[in-house]
Amino acid sequence: MAGIRIDGVEKKFGQATALARIDLDIPDGEFLALLGPSGCGKTTLLRIIAGLETATAGQVFIGDRNVTELQPRQRGIAMVFQNYAVFPHMTVFENVAFGLRMRGAEDAEVKAQVARAAELLHITPYLDRYPAKLSGGQRQRVAVARALAVRPSVLLMDEPLSNLDALLRLEMRTELKAVLAQSGATTIYVTHDQTEAMGLADRIAVMHKGVIEQIDRPQALYERPATRFVGGFLGSPPMNFLDLPVRAGVVELDGFRAAAPGTDRIIAGVRAEDVEIADSGLPFDVRVAEPLGAMLLLSGAVAGQTMRVAARPDMLISAGQRLYLRPDPARIVWIDPATERAVRAAA
Amino acid sequence: MSVGLRRVVLWSGVVTLCLWVLVPIYLIALGAFGGRAGVFRWPKSLLPWDATLASMQTFLAVEGVGRAAVNGALVAALTMLLSLALGAPAGYALARYAFRGANLFRLLVILTRAFPLAILALPLTVTFIRVGLYDTPLGVALVHTALALPFAALVSASLFMGIPRELEEAAWVFGCSRLQAFRKVVLPLALPGLAAAAIFAFVISWNEVFAASVLTVRNKTLTAYLLTVLAESPLHYRFAGGFLLILPSIVFIFAVRKYLFAMWGVSNK
Amino acid sequence: MERSRALPYLLIAPATIFLIALFVIPLVQTVVLAFVDDGAWSLTNFRKMVGDLNFGLSLRNTFLLVLVVVPLQVACALLMGVMLQKLDKGRDLVLWIWTIPLGVSDLAAGLVWLAIFQDRGYLNTLLAAFGVIDGPTNWLSYESPGSMFLAVALAEIWRATAIVLVILVAGLQLIPKEYGEAAEIFGASPWTRFRKITLPLLKPSIQSALILRTVLAFEVFAVVYALSGRNFPVLVGEAYAWQHVNQNNGVAAAYAILVMAISLAATLAYIRALRVNPETQP
Repeated sequence: MAGIRIDGVEKKFGQATALARIDLDIPDGEFLALLGPSGCGKTTLLRIIAGLETATAGQVFIGDRNVTELQPRQRGIAMVFQNYAVFPHMTVFENVAFGLRMRGAEDAEVKAQVARAAELLHITPYLDRYPAKLSGGQRQRVAVARALAVRPSVLLMDEPLSNLDALLRLEMRTELKAVLAQSGATTIYVTHDQTEAMGLADRIAVMHKGVIEQIDRPQALYERPATRFVGGFLGSPPMNFLDLPVRAGVVELDGFRAAAPGTDRIIAGVRAEDVEIADSGLPFDVRVAEPLGAMLLLSGAVAGQTMRVAARPDMLISAGQRLYLRPDPARIVWIDPATERAVRAAA
Repeated sequence: MSVGLRRVVLWSGVVTLCLWVLVPIYLIALGAFGGRAGVFRWPKSLLPWDATLASMQTFLAVEGVGRAAVNGALVAALTMLLSLALGAPAGYALARYAFRGANLFRLLVILTRAFPLAILALPLTVTFIRVGLYDTPLGVALVHTALALPFAALVSASLFMGIPRELEEAAWVFGCSRLQAFRKVVLPLALPGLAAAAIFAFVISWNEVFAASVLTVRNKTLTAYLLTVLAESPLHYRFAGGFLLILPSIVFIFAVRKYLFAMWGVSNK
Repeated sequence: MERSRALPYLLIAPATIFLIALFVIPLVQTVVLAFVDDGAWSLTNFRKMVGDLNFGLSLRNTFLLVLVVVPLQVACALLMGVMLQKLDKGRDLVLWIWTIPLGVSDLAAGLVWLAIFQDRGYLNTLLAAFGVIDGPTNWLSYESPGSMFLAVALAEIWRATAIVLVILVAGLQLIPKEYGEAAEIFGASPWTRFRKITLPLLKPSIQSALILRTVLAFEVFAVVYALSGRNFPVLVGEAYAWQHVNQNNGVAAAYAILVMAISLAATLAYIRALRVNPETQP
């Protein structure tokens, strides 16, 4: 089996920097999600690992091998593409068998592995069909089966679920997690969908503008974002950021008081659900109230700054109402306004 | 206008235009099979009273016709092979790579269209005589390839562009070299379109008359042969020849009809 | 990875070399051929060309043909394209029939119309049936330039409208339906929709159809030759005659240069007149 090590990988397109010195260590068997908005460089990084793109600088190791100069076919990887890339002129069977045949596997071996992969992804009934006769979800399964059929030690996935509709995506996500857990392959999964990343991955690397902002377990990322970007990107609704004045290690605004780091100003990162609605505290004018089922999402302003609050769904609150908020000081993430990085609260 | 009336107007227009295309072809077919008697019949009948296979056979037996037809087919086949062999790789490069000079090459290809290419056969007579290509099928095919190559290149570029890059990448990842990926994935998918482009090159060559006439003396293509003997041929021979020229076109256009738009629609970008 | 950088150049190299050998070099040679006489630069060939009896006639005839045929073809093809869009069934069959002439050579087209226009042809039969003429009449002699022109023009329209049609239909297919539907909802009549939506968005296709057709129309030769021999002189026909009958490469090349100059000028004129702002296209 094989872990993956990325050593100072850089990618420039002309003057533009797509990746700025990425270092990454992925232990054998880990499921790592590369998460970020479009254009953050996550797909470029994946394609460099696959050998479909060449890095401007830096090196890629798979297991103990330096694969930087190797062709994709020499890297011993499997990949699932965003648009599935299922070969339209081959039957499902031939698609799933493709990688095995290219490795020169014997017929019996090919049959056995295709049968196993097809069973795993429930596509056995379609093996004789051509992809044109399949739905998007079924093609997706074929693409995954094709990758798993070669028993890869490294599996790369490029937004594999992004072309499915919402319901199917949820279903496939659950199934993928079960199937991939069995495969034991070191998996890199590129996505822009934070729920997907949170639900599937052992660890998530959040990327932004060609840089890995933070890499950690999903829950840790959610609770302790290292940067303002990570806090804002993870979670729905995203974290609120209130720019507050600090005086003598304390922020004080209307009825709210908390010890805070910094000397002049500080940004308080507050999750919508970490706020209690009380009789006194930060005055909050509700502009819009959206009943979302699991919660009642309130949008409005605190001291002139936008703020979203998750209220219990049974509360009777409507637009125009004034509420008072008490954020849980222990769960506030303090962020330096200059560096936009999280800072530890002063004792 | 009511919906019903509109449909009547639309369909009568469509049918009229279909007749406008088809009736002249029918008439020359009558002329081709009517023989001498048909040509001089007055007044003409729209029904094939004079049509016999014999008159067509007589024409085919005329000295030089058979040979010209074979020559024409040979030149067209050579043109087809050459334009595809040269044009398809260029099309692949245009479709798959962003490289310095791509636009310059595209310009060169498109520029050929703003020139009446066949006329360029004039100076080539001298060159061809010198290198021994004059009056040979290969010589004519070379000039015809210059006509067909831009099409082959632009059409195959649009074909290859229509084949998602991901398919090729998937082939690489799953163990193919570049060449293997091209053979196993790209080629099978592009084949019908490439065949259409090839057929189109065939038609271009089969129909071209100026260069073919200028560059040959004895080894004329059918089109060039007919042009040369036009003045001294009786009318029914001319019609037989004309019909013989049209026949393959009808079949070919039918064969490539699915790709006509890929050919013209994209290649005019 | 060095290899992959060289790959595209290796792929275009054969085509480039070929086009240089059979397009660029002959182009230069034609220029030389036309402007050189007895080993020195001179305009002799052009003087001979202009001094020829047929020169003025062929120039006039060619221009007249282009000016009459090309606009009619574009109008006709537009009409056909719009009709095709309205068809709900039989579209493929109709399109196939309409594009058959695409594969018909100009020589064959000339011969087809010869069958119609000859003395004892179908046109005369029809005219006689209506009592317009008494018996076989010659429409294709130099004594009847009007009818000869008509025959040539009809043959050209019959043959080469298909190519314009294909280019325009390809363009029409690229125009999203929503634009027309949006205009319809806001109350635009079919004619307004055609003028305000379809035509402007079709401009690039119309431009390339015009360029292609005009260049080819200036090359008109075999149609004319099949219908009337040299009774109706055109530019490329004269080039052919100088080369073949008079065995004079120089004057033939001068004609070639003239045709090329006109074609290029026409292309440039179209590009200027129908300038397409890419930002106004979908």
